[in-house]
Amino acid sequence: MTLSLKGRTYVIMGVANKRSIAWGIARSLHAAGARLIFTYAGERFEAGVRELVDTLEDDSALILPCDVTKDEEITQCFAEIKEKVGVIHGVAHCIAFANKEDLSGEYMNVSREGFLLAHNISSYSLTAVARAAKEVMAEGGSIVTLTYLGGERVVQNYNIMGVAKASLDASVKYLANDLGKYGIRVNAISAGPIRTLSAKGVSDFNSILKEIEERAPLRRTTTQEEVGDTALFLFSDLSRGITGEIIHVDSGYHILAR
Amino acid sequence: MTDVLERVTKIIVDRLGVEESQVTLEASFKDDLGADSLDVVELVMELEDEFNMEISDEEAEKIVTVGDAVNYIKSRM
Repeated sequence: MTLSLKGRTYVIMGVANKRSIAWGIARSLHAAGARLIFTYAGERFEAGVRELVDTLEDDSALILPCDVTKDEEITQCFAEIKEKVGVIHGVAHCIAFANKEDLSGEYMNVSREGFLLAHNISSYSLTAVARAAKEVMAEGGSIVTLTYLGGERVVQNYNIMGVAKASLDASVKYLANDLGKYGIRVNAISAGPIRTLSAKGVSDFNSILKEIEERAPLRRTTTQEEVGDTALFLFSDLSRGITGEIIHVDSGYHILAR
Repeated sequence: MTDVLERVTKIIVDRLGVEESQVTLEASFKDDLGADSLDVVELVMELEDEFNMEISDEEAEKIVTVGDAVNYIKSRM
């Protein structure tokens, strides 16, 4: 029982650029010897993902399109993965989206459309992906998604994403219950705020970071590497008894009363 | 210290894959350099790193052209 993932294959969904949490996870898994498959949402992200994956200098890495708003694309993506690698051992689901106008001001002004869009991409996608991934996870394995404290408690401006993350957190538990009998574990990492492209979409993100630096028990902000290494643990056999869990990697910020 | 425009230009060429000659002070990120809204957020983050400064949402929204970015950075140095 070690943290080596040699001989195992993992799908990383949601790398946007070098700052992406998904990229931090990819680097940790790569360092542990895992084979990686990357998916990107649409052409806009393809070139960036290819450029980053090239830096791993790993010829076994695959890069495939997967727009999670399209069922047929998810099916197609995992069918292609099955055909090319046979079996996978886990999926890192690092996907979320909300309209920028829904990430500031008052939550109650969210439109029906904005509400559904955020839930579709940020929450339903995990369920759709888990269902497709199960077919390729013949040896069991681990699914990890990314959530945030804003789904448990109110974080100013996080608004619709908080409601979508609450839905995601509940999905983690129901999926863990469904998939446990197949030896598949489902967990979430609740990362402290990290300066990513997505985070910058939340109004006044810089001041959220400052608050963590000043008040979190560890007195520092969360790094991509810290989340990557926790994901590595959740993908390894060391976490074999853990499923349906939300692990906070946030310098301890979530324990504070306010 | 290298000229601000030179450093900004390098980041823009790098991120947007445009020719250096296209990066003039008057060039608009969206209209002339083909940046979408995510590109603009990425650029702002790169500039924050390069010049070790924080650019608030309000200030970032006012940056439309290359000149706007250069002037803003110079005013903060």
